[in-house]
Amino acid sequence: MPIYSKEIIKHFKNPKNVGKIKQPDGIGEAGNLLCGDVMELYLKIGENKKGEKIIEDIKFKTLGCIVAIANTSLLTTLVKGKTIKEALFFKKENLIKRLGQPLPPFKIHCSVLAVDALKEAIYDYYLKNKIEIPEELEKEHQRIIKTKEELEKRYKGFQAFEKEILKE
Amino acid sequence: MRKKIYLDYAATTPVDPRVLKAMLPYFSEKFGNTMSLHSFGQEAKEALEESREVVANLIKAKPEEIIFTSSATESNNLTLKGIALARRSPRLAEAPAKRVGGGGFAGHIIISPIEHPCVMESAKWLETQGFEITRLKVDKYGLVDPDDVKKAIRKETILVSVMHANNEIGTIEPIEEIGEVIKRKSEILNLKSKIYFHTDAAQSFGKIPIDVNKMNVDLLSASSHKLYGPKGVACLFIREGTRIAPLLHGGGHEFGLRSSTVNVPAIVGFAEAARICEGEMRKEARRLTKLRDRLIKGVLEKIPNARLNGHPKKRLPNNINFSFQGVEGESLIMQLDLLGIAASTGSACSSEKLEPSHVLLAIGLRPEQAHGSLRLSLGRWTKESDINYVLEVLPKVVKRLREISPF
Repeated sequence: MPIYSKEIIKHFKNPKNVGKIKQPDGIGEAGNLLCGDVMELYLKIGENKKGEKIIEDIKFKTLGCIVAIANTSLLTTLVKGKTIKEALFFKKENLIKRLGQPLPPFKIHCSVLAVDALKEAIYDYYLKNKIEIPEELEKEHQRIIKTKEELEKRYKGFQAFEKEILKE
Repeated sequence: MRKKIYLDYAATTPVDPRVLKAMLPYFSEKFGNTMSLHSFGQEAKEALEESREVVANLIKAKPEEIIFTSSATESNNLTLKGIALARRSPRLAEAPAKRVGGGGFAGHIIISPIEHPCVMESAKWLETQGFEITRLKVDKYGLVDPDDVKKAIRKETILVSVMHANNEIGTIEPIEEIGEVIKRKSEILNLKSKIYFHTDAAQSFGKIPIDVNKMNVDLLSASSHKLYGPKGVACLFIREGTRIAPLLHGGGHEFGLRSSTVNVPAIVGFAEAARICEGEMRKEARRLTKLRDRLIKGVLEKIPNARLNGHPKKRLPNNINFSFQGVEGESLIMQLDLLGIAASTGSACSSEKLEPSHVLLAIGLRPEQAHGSLRLSLGRWTKESDINYVLEVLPKVVKRLREISPF
């Protein structure tokens, strides 16, 4: 197990914005059961004085490892109160940098779950409210869906394997 | 001061002070090379042979049937590759080159699906060298059915390797029965050359009785650092007359099977550690079994949706393995560590492969169940108060992680 930075441990010990939002404006899901980390992210959208849409509230639930918990906690604190545009602009690299430690390659994917879930939640909000979806976000959505499908295929492989064992 | 409780004895153990004391003279004072003819060498050689005798006696083997290696990983590699190379079928040379790697012409090896990675990976490599590997199945407790071994044996079979006790779930395999089955099937097939039977006893040596004759094994691996000896030393029992090729060629140490200057202090430590374990085994096993069962009962009572992995009775006295639904293993380990409890998990998140433990999948757990697994392994310094502390802390930690989980 890698040794984690103080920032990661801090968020892991006391994660911010954990929970669900009742009647959320957007829900985002990311992750898969094969690697184990599953993320659900909820958004409440509001408006600022300039009339721009902002993330009024954000909450998450995760079946996730330390990095996934810490990362999502950090992300939620960073984007809460920000406009949707700013939130969409948020890069995975920034998040990893903010955690104050280079992650081993096999841990990167746990750390980007939060960013993916956030994008999916915003996508969901756009879709529900019939707002035109920016090209970039559509692309990201397609990528996330594709990854999910691939992992699900592998997961089904496991289930088939399990059935085979039980059958014998 | 914060409590610190070590419950990862299956990973490694601290060196017992008595062991360390026995080792110390062999660093600077009795430092000779066992191959030297002078008195320094003789002194080292004597220590080596005494240690060999101690280890041999413990498992009812002859001293010349024991060789010392650097790790159980090495012992297991030597077993699989050494036997495979020594018994490689001459038909391989005649077979067209393209069939090598797929046809299993070189020989057939049977292993269980819950072996340690050093066995699994050695077998996988041998597959690329033209050997055919059969991976048996196990039941929901991780037990190999001797009948499956019988069915898997063919006239090309050269080796069967089934571990004595599993490192993750603690299940103890029916080694004696498997050995019997191999013997009988060999007779039925009227085989000219013997099918060797190997068991990896890294987790069981020093904890439960081992008798290589009663167990019907031809090879057995054991490691020092799992039984309060130093790291970097292990042994392999090789029954007299077994055909096996060395991996390390050189000065001909260890009966020509393992060239390398002999690590005398470590070997002396290993033998002393094994001797102590043998003397304390019955009492210690009874003590740990009691603590183990109390912890299992307590956890299953206090934590809903928890399951015990491995066999409830046929398991090592010191092994406990749970799965908690809706909990991720690495987070669980980290949270416990913050509260002073050191344990381990079969979660994918703690491995570079991002795939959950092959042992837990082999006993039929779904990936997410394997992901929420926790292994607690007890040892010589585990006290009743440690168990009480775990029973107090663990339910809270699981509850907290479930609160942030979407399931």
